[in-house]
This record gives sequence, structure tokens and C-alpha cells, in this order.
Amino acid sequence: MTLHQQWVAFLTIVTKEVRRFLRIWPQTLLPPAITMTLYFVIFGNLVGSRIGEMGGFDYMQYIVPGLIMMSVIQNSYGNVVSSFFSTKFQHSIEEMLVSPMSPFVILSGFVVGGMVRGIMVGGIVTTVSLFFTHLDVQHAWITLLVVAMTSALFALGGFINAIFANNFDDISIIPNFILTPLTYLGGVFYSLDLLSEFWRTVTLVNPIVYMVNAFRYGVLGVSDVNVYASLGAIFAFTVVFFLLALWLLRRGTGIRG
Amino acid sequence: MSALTLRNLTKTYANGVEALKGIDLTVERGDFFALLGPNGAGKSTTIGIVSSLVNKTGGEVAILGHSLDQERELAKQKIGVVPQEFNFSQFEKVFDIVVTQAGFYGIPAPLARQRAEKYLRKLGLWDKRKNQARSLSGGMKRRLMIARALVHEPELLILDEPTAGVDIELRRSMWDFLIGLNNEGRTIILTTHYLEEAESLCRRIAIIDHGRIVENTDMKSLLEKLQVETFILDLARPVDHAPELPGFEVHLRDAGTLEVAVPKTQSLNRLFVALAEQNFEVMSMRNKANRLEELFVRLVEQNLPEQNPQRENAP
Repeated sequence: MTLHQQWVAFLTIVTKEVRRFLRIWPQTLLPPAITMTLYFVIFGNLVGSRIGEMGGFDYMQYIVPGLIMMSVIQNSYGNVVSSFFSTKFQHSIEEMLVSPMSPFVILSGFVVGGMVRGIMVGGIVTTVSLFFTHLDVQHAWITLLVVAMTSALFALGGFINAIFANNFDDISIIPNFILTPLTYLGGVFYSLDLLSEFWRTVTLVNPIVYMVNAFRYGVLGVSDVNVYASLGAIFAFTVVFFLLALWLLRRGTGIRG
Repeated sequence: MSALTLRNLTKTYANGVEALKGIDLTVERGDFFALLGPNGAGKSTTIGIVSSLVNKTGGEVAILGHSLDQERELAKQKIGVVPQEFNFSQFEKVFDIVVTQAGFYGIPAPLARQRAEKYLRKLGLWDKRKNQARSLSGGMKRRLMIARALVHEPELLILDEPTAGVDIELRRSMWDFLIGLNNEGRTIILTTHYLEEAESLCRRIAIIDHGRIVENTDMKSLLEKLQVETFILDLARPVDHAPELPGFEVHLRDAGTLEVAVPKTQSLNRLFVALAEQNFEVMSMRNKANRLEELFVRLVEQNLPEQNPQRENAP
């Protein structure tokens, strides 16, 4: 395939993916908006007004970046894991496997599709948050870079999960039992300074801590961890996950007999 | 240059099932080729390997002269596949499914839309273009898969059981469509359980069983191998015994029906004269089975081992 043909094929997958999640918007775009509104009302307004300041900001402002990042993580992962597994389940993956598209194009198309949903939901949550507080983005480029890399990383995670999944239970185990606990314990609702030395050390093993804090640094200018080390770690994980997913796709793991 | 060349193709699945045991096959350009075999014989595995849906264990595949190992992209550009099972998203619209498939081949959207319209019209699905695929009937879904396989205009089209579950009228119109494609110069390979279909459409035939090609010849030569043909005769009056007819093997199926095996060396005229001499009046007659079906059963039975525990396990 020429470079132009590969570009057309890539855009075809991205368009297909975006069309899919827009078609089912009551399942994909509406729930995060409602859930996050509840977080803002309950934790931000009702509980937050009694907590007072955290990291030099009122509690509502402090949790907004974490909640945006939580939405990005869950939706970029959820989009790819459900979409790619559905193509396996319905055998429509065969449409792509018989075509001359390279595994690189297929993987990139799904990942960008997941990123678009993650970033779109992040935008919706940001818009909702503006009804409750105001945000002055401190480091726009870092904010955008963290969102882009995190959504790519979790889209890749969803892809790898879908490759190994054999049934619908397999695509809900990691989001429910690994991703959600790590996100809630990843400093979305609190500063690591509140933790004892032991629990702070334990928490630093959680990769989501670095993503939430790097994003919080971009938006508010404060972070519990070194931002550049966080960016480096996210980038390194993204590259490793991409290469792993590409290798699995080339081998045909989970998709070819 | 051949449309398809398979050399010593082998496949052993992870569970140890040896689905292909060294297939050698050549399909010439412009041919209309039938690949027949019982369930689990290795047809779908062969098609799966050729269409890159199954990893081969060994051997070589070349499509229009392009090796699937060394020139995978070029080889894939040349082939269109219509699988046995429906394999499109049931929630997408008919038009979108065909246009998206064109996109996977790098065909720009304006040309993809033109091609989609062309093939959906040819296959009588244009009126359904805005419908979700799940709302189509079984026959329409099969035609949708043919339109999708043709949208990049491949030189080699492989159809795995294209008319399974399709009513007779629609089957005939699909045959006409496929003959038209073949007349345009496209090479067509099909697997089918309707042996009448293979006999009507295909010029060459290969029979695969237990992962091996047991016959590969032109249709005429194959049918000439059939030494005996069996006919069912409906009698005007009931009888209580089968007549003794020298040179013919006669059985009484029921009081009003005879089953007669006629060797190719015997003429049908002799049969009717002999029956008339014994006062048997024949009202109508028909073949017991399709000729190819008889031959197929015979070839497969010849190849049947004493035990074949793997057949049912083959994917």
C-alpha cells in the first residue's frame, strides 16, 4: 500500500470508531457527564465545603483535574476494549485481517479512536466542572501532552486486554478490579501529603498517581511528584505498550487460528 | 501465471489436530473452481490460510504470482473473500459496511461510495443501503458480503458456501451473477455443499478429505469416472416383487417404486424394453442423487480410514 492508501485506511478505522461511540452516545458520552456532575455536587460542594483547602486550592478545584483524568482513563480504555472485543466477537475483525492494512495501521486506528473518545469525554467533564468552579490552566502544553499520552496509554491497555479476552467477563475484570481501585487510590480525591510515610511509599507504585499529578500540575501548577519524571514514565509505558500490542497483533494472538 | 498456487501447505492446530497434510493445488486465471469436501476435511482451513485469517504451519501460498509470505500486501490486494459465517457489524448500515471495507484497501471515499453503489445495485441491495445489517434477511446478508468482497475489485474471488440457506430462486440469480463475474475474467473458487451448484458452475474441481487433495481434475473427466447411475422409477401399478433384469441391479423400494442401478455400458432403451416385456409400466423416472454427489460419496468413502477421531474436532 502506498503511504496515501495507508493514511486512507487509518482514517477509515478512526472514522468507524468515532461513528460507533457517537451512535451509542447515551452509553458512551452521557454517563460520564452525569457521574461527574454527581461527584462535583457531593464531593465538591457538600463534602468539600467542610474539608476546606487542599494543596492551596479549595477542594472542588483540587479534585477537578483528577476527575477529568479519571474520565479520560476510563473512556479511552473502555472504548478500545469493548470495540476491539466486539469486532472479535462478531468476527468483523476478519474484514481488516483480509485487507492489506498493516498491523501498525490497524493498531494506530483503534488507539486514536480510543483517544478521541477519552479526550471528548474529558472535554465534556471539563465543561461540566466550569458550572461549579473556575479553572486557570497554568501549563497548557503539559496539560495537553499528559491527556494525549495518558489516553493513548490506556487505549493501548484496552487493546491488549481485548486481544486476550475470550468473553465479555474478560473485558470487565481489569476495568472493575484493577483500573477503578488504582484510579480512586491514585490521588484523585486527596493529596499524598495526607498519607503516612508508609502509605505514601506504597501509593507511589501506582502509575495513575503520576498521570493525575502531572495533569494537576498542568492545570493548577501543583503536584505531589516530579512532573518531568511522570511525563517520562508515561511516555516510556506508552512506547512499551504500543510495541507489545503491535507484536501481539502481528503474531495474530487471540485473532488468528 | 496462476491465480492461486498452494505448495505443500500444512496446518496443525494448537490442540494437535492436523487439518492440512501437505496440500498442492493450482488454480489457473479465469477458472471457475470448486473445492469440495466433507465437514472437517480442511476446506475452511485452506481458505482461512489463503485469506490470512489462519496462520499456516508450513508450505507456500502465492496469489496471482505474489507470495503471501514475501509480498503479503500485494497478494491481499488481489483477493476477495466471502466467508461462510456473517462477519460484519450487525449494527452498521449496509452502505457504510461496503464503503468502510473499501477504505481498508486505501480506496478514497468518493471512489469507495461509487463502487459501493455499483455493487449494491448489482446485488439488489441498493434500496436497503440505509438499513442496519441486522435487519436484512439471510440471503441479503450473503449478497452484502459478496458486494463487500468485490468493492476493491479483486482478480480472485473465494466464496465459502455462498448459497447456504438461500432459497432456490435467489440461488439461481446468485449463480447468474457469479457466472457474469467469471465471464468478466475474474477467477472464482467456491466451496459448496450443493453439488448441483458445483456441477452447474465450475469447470474444475478438487476434492479434499482428511487434509489431503484426493481428486483434482476437470468436471467432465470427473463425471466420466462415474460407472453406474441410479434411477428411481415410479410404476403405473403396484407390484410385490422386483423384476429380474439381466445387466441391471433392481430393488423394490415400495409397492409402486423401483430403484435401478444402470451401468454406463448399458443403454436405457434396453432397460425399458426389459421392463415392458415383464409388464412393468413406468410413469416417471428421476436420478436417485446428483451425479456428482454419488461420485463425491464414493471418493470420500474410499478415503475413509477405519477410525477418524480428529474429524469432529477440526475447527
